[in-house]
Amino acid sequence: MLTRRIIACLDVRDGRVVKGVQFVDIIDAGDPAELAQRHAAGGADEIVLLDITASHEGRATLLETVRRTAEQLFIPFTVGGGIRTLNDASAVFDAGADKVSLNSAALQTPELITAIGAEYGSQAVVVAIDARRDVQAEDAVRSARVFTHGGRRDAGRTVVEWACEAERRGAGEILLTSMDADGTRAGFDCELTAEVSRAVNIPVIASGGAGSIDHFADVFTAGCADAALAASIFHFGVSSARSLKEQLAARQIPVRLPC
Amino acid sequence: MVTVVDYKAGNLTSVVKALRFLKAEVSVATHADTLETATCIVLPGVGHFAATARLDQSGMTQAIRKAIARGVPFLGICVGMQWLFAGSSEAPHQPGLGYFSQQVTRFPSNQEKVPHVGWNQLEFAADSPLLQGISSGEHAYFTHAWRAPVTHQTIATTRYIEPFAAACQHRRVCGVQFHPEKSSTTGLKILGNFLEMSTC
Repeated sequence: MLTRRIIACLDVRDGRVVKGVQFVDIIDAGDPAELAQRHAAGGADEIVLLDITASHEGRATLLETVRRTAEQLFIPFTVGGGIRTLNDASAVFDAGADKVSLNSAALQTPELITAIGAEYGSQAVVVAIDARRDVQAEDAVRSARVFTHGGRRDAGRTVVEWACEAERRGAGEILLTSMDADGTRAGFDCELTAEVSRAVNIPVIASGGAGSIDHFADVFTAGCADAALAASIFHFGVSSARSLKEQLAARQIPVRLPC
Repeated sequence: MVTVVDYKAGNLTSVVKALRFLKAEVSVATHADTLETATCIVLPGVGHFAATARLDQSGMTQAIRKAIARGVPFLGICVGMQWLFAGSSEAPHQPGLGYFSQQVTRFPSNQEKVPHVGWNQLEFAADSPLLQGISSGEHAYFTHAWRAPVTHQTIATTRYIEPFAAACQHRRVCGVQFHPEKSSTTGLKILGNFLEMSTC
């Protein structure tokens, strides 16, 4: 049976893993290559590395980080952050990534999704969407809006509509981050995740808000998520992916075990 | 020495890295000439079946056909496995190698999400040296929307909507639909078994 995936996320700045709470309050959490190894050994199904370095010099550091991280990683490895062109994507693939995650660049240049898909296959293109419920709207979930620039700028479109367009243009997966839930450890936005997951025919990775086993169980059932991503829950030894998966299996959620 | 075929379909990095991790010597072939002396061939592949047209254009299809006839062990991964079949509905005008006579077709899209992405179980259908040391039920990583049918050359099946061929083998020609280079210890074991099968 196809299992639900548990994805460990590394937010990286200047070559170090950091974790913010609602996109601020950065805390140092270690070396990316070392943490990726630890997560893989701990039973994670996949690793996502999101680079939040803004500077140009940071690109070389990132590629070196990707190379080091990919070296002995034999599970799928996605890299995102600052990929604006096919050349940027190629450099990241050459360094050892299996997939790239596109966020604001995909909104500005949707053709980029198609271009990378044509070269590397659509399974290699993840479109990341930072979403926030529209509390003013009658249906806050269906009207949830896409944000860019770390949540500071409204992209002027709804999440569901953009997810569908991304699929049409050749995205292989959607990485949906709820900005309302991110960093709160109060649970994923299951309603929004389900809304997007039903609207598209490609896998949806839920992100933002993981804090307990219940939250993962909820997002795989009520949230219809194909995968769930979490960062801080693993870094600080709260739980390993393996123990999380053992507890999900006990609740009849199909996961990769032993791992 | 393992010869990994580069036909510009996706990137080879992961496959080469996994083979080197297993202490294999790896060379990357971009021309038919290199394949003439190959003693062990791996054909990776992610992306579109149409990309295999480059194998025909570069003469590598003929070179691989001859190598297989010489008894050179061969492993096709993902699209590389699909290419062993007669063809795929993904690119109806592009023939495959035809080593296996069936056609590769798309999953029906009215029940589950297509593509099939993630970790799914291998269920053994026949004994094979490729699966030594693995248990039926172990998981491998898949990402694909087209799949080969189950035949008497299928050594492991996987169930998604319905069972399909996850791995096939006839003599020293093997194919895996999943990505062994991304399937953790299970995948590395399978790649290791292939290297052992071929002592390359």
